[in-house]
Parts: sequence; C-alpha cells; structure tokens
Amino acid sequence: MNAPLVEAPIVEARGLTRVLPGAVPVTLVRDIDLTIAAGEFVAITGPSGSGKSSLLYLLGLLDRPTAGSVWLEGRDTASLGAAELATLRLARLGFVFQFHFLLPEFTVLGNVLIPMRKLAALPDRAMRARAMELLGRLGLADQAGKRPDQLSGGQRQRVAIARALANGPRLILADEPTGNLDTRNAQAVFDIFASLARESGTAVVTVTHDEHLAAQTHRRVVLVDGCIVEAG
Amino acid sequence: MAVLPIALPLHMDVALTHLLGRKRQTLVSVTGAALGVGFFIAMAALMQGFQTFFIATVVDVAPHITISDEFREPARQPALTAFPDGAVAVRGVKPQDERRGIKRGFAIIDALEEMPGVVVAPSLQGQVFLRYGATERNAALVGIDPRRELRITRLEQDMVAGSLLDLETRPDGVVMGVALARRLGAAVGDRLTAISPAGVLRQVTVVGLYRTGVTAFDDGMAFMLLKQAQILQDRANVINRIRVRLADVDSARAIAARIEARFAYKAESWQEANEGIFNAFVIQNAIMYSTVGAIMVVAAFGIFNIISTVVFEKSRDIAILKSLGFAERDIRRIFLIEGVLVGVVGALLGWAIGYALVSALASVRFDLGGGQGAIQNDRFYLSYSIIHYLIGAAFSITAASFAAWLPARRAARLNPVEIIRGAA
Repeated sequence: MNAPLVEAPIVEARGLTRVLPGAVPVTLVRDIDLTIAAGEFVAITGPSGSGKSSLLYLLGLLDRPTAGSVWLEGRDTASLGAAELATLRLARLGFVFQFHFLLPEFTVLGNVLIPMRKLAALPDRAMRARAMELLGRLGLADQAGKRPDQLSGGQRQRVAIARALANGPRLILADEPTGNLDTRNAQAVFDIFASLARESGTAVVTVTHDEHLAAQTHRRVVLVDGCIVEAG
Repeated sequence: MAVLPIALPLHMDVALTHLLGRKRQTLVSVTGAALGVGFFIAMAALMQGFQTFFIATVVDVAPHITISDEFREPARQPALTAFPDGAVAVRGVKPQDERRGIKRGFAIIDALEEMPGVVVAPSLQGQVFLRYGATERNAALVGIDPRRELRITRLEQDMVAGSLLDLETRPDGVVMGVALARRLGAAVGDRLTAISPAGVLRQVTVVGLYRTGVTAFDDGMAFMLLKQAQILQDRANVINRIRVRLADVDSARAIAARIEARFAYKAESWQEANEGIFNAFVIQNAIMYSTVGAIMVVAAFGIFNIISTVVFEKSRDIAILKSLGFAERDIRRIFLIEGVLVGVVGALLGWAIGYALVSALASVRFDLGGGQGAIQNDRFYLSYSIIHYLIGAAFSITAASFAAWLPARRAARLNPVEIIRGAA
C-alpha cells in the first residue's frame, strides 16, 4: 500500500513504559517510541501478550503510562487530568474493539449519535444527518432503526466504526476489530479503514493477528515482550 | 429513549434506558418509595388532623387561662423579705389556716378586663355529689355568671338542650353534660339532689344539657349560678377561679406568666394545662417519622440494589462510554439520575397513594356508642396539607439519592481498560 502524502504527526509515544504494580510487577510495554502521522494506516502485530493492546490503550489515552508520555497533535497529555483526557477522547479519538460494545437498548442510529450528543457541537438535525451519512457510507442506512441484536456480526462492527467516526476523529484506534469476523467482513472493515486514511487523512492504528490484513497497511509495528522489534 | 435518540438529554436517556431495561426491579424500588411516601402522607394527615382537632376543641371548650386560688411557691416569709442579703433561715413554719379563694377577686377581674383582647369570668368550682333516685355521681360543679360565661367559652354552641341563660331564670337550675346526665339517668326538667363536701344539701333542676366531645367536660362537670354554688359550697362571696379568654390564643402562655407575676395566684395557660398531651403528641410525631424513616430505609435498600445491579451488569457499557469520552462525572451523573428518577416517580406515585389513603380514611365512620376517651368523635380528623406531600417527596428523593450515590461512585471509578480486557 502507498504511504500517505500527509506527514504531520497525530500521535507520538516518547519513551512509553507501562508497568502493572503488584507483588510481582508486570511490564506491559517498555520504552516505546512511535510516531503516527495523519492519514497513516498502521498495524500493530506481535504474539499474544506482547503488549499490543496495552500500547493501543496508552495511545488512546484510556490508560496512563508509568513512564514516558503520549503527545497528541503536538500536545503532551501527561499533565492532563482525567476529565481533559476524556474530552480529548471524545473529540479527537475513535475506538473500535474486538467486540462491538454497542449499547444494546439503543438503536443503530442511537448508538452512532451518542458521541455526538455528548460533544454537543452540532444541532440535533445536523447530528442526525451526519449519523445517517456515516451509516450510509458504511452500507447501514436501512438498518438505522434496528437494535444491535437484530444485526449480523459484520454489521455490528460497522456500526461500531460509524460510532467511532461520529465526531470526526483525527485518530482511530482499533483493537483486533476483525477478531470476531469472517474473512469477507474482516476485509470489508480493513477496506473502510484504508479508505478513511486515504480520503479523510484520519490516522488509523489497528492491532491485528492477521498477517494478510496487516500487509495491507502502510506500516507494521511488531511488538515482542513489550518492546518494538520492527517499526515498518 | 432509544427510539427517539435526541428527545431527552443524553444522561437522562441512558439512565432511563437502564431503568426500563429492568422493569420489574425498577417497579419494586419505585413501589417501595411510593408506599413510604403514601403512608407518611396518610399518617401525617391522621396525626396532625387529630392534634389540630384536639387543640381546637380544647381551646374552644376550656378557658385560655385559668387563674386559681393556688400558689406555685409557698408564701415568702417576712424575715426573708426584711433581710434580702442576710443569712436568714426559716424552719418549721406552720401555715395559717386561711380561708380558700381568690382574695380581691373582682378587683383582679376589673384589672384584667383593662387589658386589650382579654375577656374574664369568675367562678367557684368544687366537688358535689349529684343524686337522682338511687344513682349518685361525683361531679365538678362550677358556679358561673351565665352572661360572662358566654363570652369566655363556646359552651352555649354545644348545648343540645336548654341554654346557659336558663340558669338566670331558674335559680335552682343546673346545666350538665349529656354523659353525666345519662349516667344519672336524668333528663331536662328532672330534679336532683346536690350534696357538697360542706354538707349542704339542695334540690337542683336540670335545665340544660351540652355535648362538647371532651369527656372531662361531658361526663364530669355541671354548671349553676355562681351565687347558688357559693351557697351550696357554703363559701359566700368566694370565687376560686378566674377564667380568661384571649383574642390571640397563642399568647396565652405569655399573658398567664404576666398575670401570675402581677397577682401571684397560679395562672395556667391552656398549653400548660394540656402539656402532658402535647408531650404525647411530640412522641407520636417522633414515632411517625421513625416509622416512615424505616420504610424509606427499606425502599433505599431496594434502590441501592437495583442501581448496584445495573452498575454490575452495565460495566461493559460504562467502559465503552468512558472510551467514547464520558468523564467520571458523566457516569456518576447517569447513576445518580437513576436514583433520583426512582425517588421522583416514587414520590409522585406516593402522592397518589397518600391522597387515596387520606380520602379512604375520611370516609370511615365509627360507632363508639358514646364510649370512653378524652375526646369523642365518630371519624378520623384529617389534616390536608401540601407540606405533608412536600416532606414525603423530600424523604423519597433524599433516600433515593443517598442509595444511588455509592453505586454511582463505584461506576464512575471503574477502569475501562480492565473491563475491556476482561471482555476480550
């Protein structure tokens, strides 16, 4: 896959280390330096327990590093409080997990609207229009009124992607988003990510075990025992 | 909610969704709070209604202040007055055998009537035996001036036969409570024998009957002309009670204190005379609040239970909301809203239950057959007050908020990474 034209860094990890405290401290990631540029589609791979998801949660400001720092769009996030980090996650980041984690009582449209309603940057009508536009792009326009349990696995994951895109994030973080999908749906999800990176300049970082899918990204970051052994 | 995603504020929407997702548990919690509020409203209406009725009855029937020929303290000895700063000890004082009664009583009455909003009537009260045929009853006989009496009590309104003013035309007349007359087997026009402790015996005629609803009045008192009572008690020109009625009922305690300070005789306000009952009212209210408090604690446990369950079941949703950008305060707010919603809906439902209970109680009638009791009535006396509804709602919402606080705090502190890892 061709490298992106836009090179401005969206997120940077500088000397990132995360140790789980306890009687026997466990090091999840150690001294990670990583820069992700706008429009870049990056795969994080490595064996189980190598710290792939931990690195993703640190880059996504869901977890705090024991040492080092995460810079988001040129801003050091180390000194920010929990509420400020939550605001950054809401406005600048989007998460997709292995499980869709849709709120089961809300409709497809309702789920996609949640981040927009929380940010409250648009009037109601514009929020609905944007949510429907996202669902249309992902081929789910006719599913808007359904509940998640009425959808297939691939459709649910696409709804989760639509929800992650709701507030126009600069960075999408996906933790094994194809782990529960068949080959066809997995490819569809990766196609969506690739087009996002290509067309809107959104950086996409995805954790995957699938070598075939990883090969479709711009760059592979390989982790072993919490350390980067290959950075593409 | 989910069907109309933008109809409600987001936090409220999520909170409602959680509650409606567990309808049965929510219903139990709401019902618990509603029953607490409903019972509180009914109990408060019942108790305050009775208390208000009791006070109104007592205030209507009895004088507001009664000055009697008693002193609260023994008479001060002249030696103590002569040497106020001296080391004077007086022992073994033998009181003079004085004639009982209020000295210069009519001068005191004149002085009292100078006070604004004060109406006064003299009386002589003493025990008598009333005999009718073979039946004999003990009663408090009050010698009155009927015209003055009309000004200080509402006894005339409680007359069921005859009038107090009939005493003016029948010097041997006596007016008594219907319960006393019934026990004697006497009716209006019957002639009884009255015997005083002084040994004087006179024939009296029943000229009127009254029913106040206060047993002490209806079953234990009789009224006759002051002059006739003085003859019967062998206490010519003596009065031993000055009874006062006030325009401002609530000032009775203060005015009684002023009267007592001025004239030395014991002046007892209606509040003091009924202090024991008012203390019982305080205990009654404490019991009511304790009972309702206990109901609300049980309801609060129900609310705590449902919100804790929701937090446990929805931990994955909480994690995802946090990953989407919800801060701790947002999560806390969602679960607090759930508690407050249960409390508010419980309060509204409780208002309906309370209103229905009060309406049902209002329609109840008793047949006591002229039975016993300090106050006689045939129904519940109920107080309809918006304050009861507001206090009940405050109880419910406060209990629900407290019950929701702990699980809400726990939800806010959940670590999304741990939950997402656990789910993966």
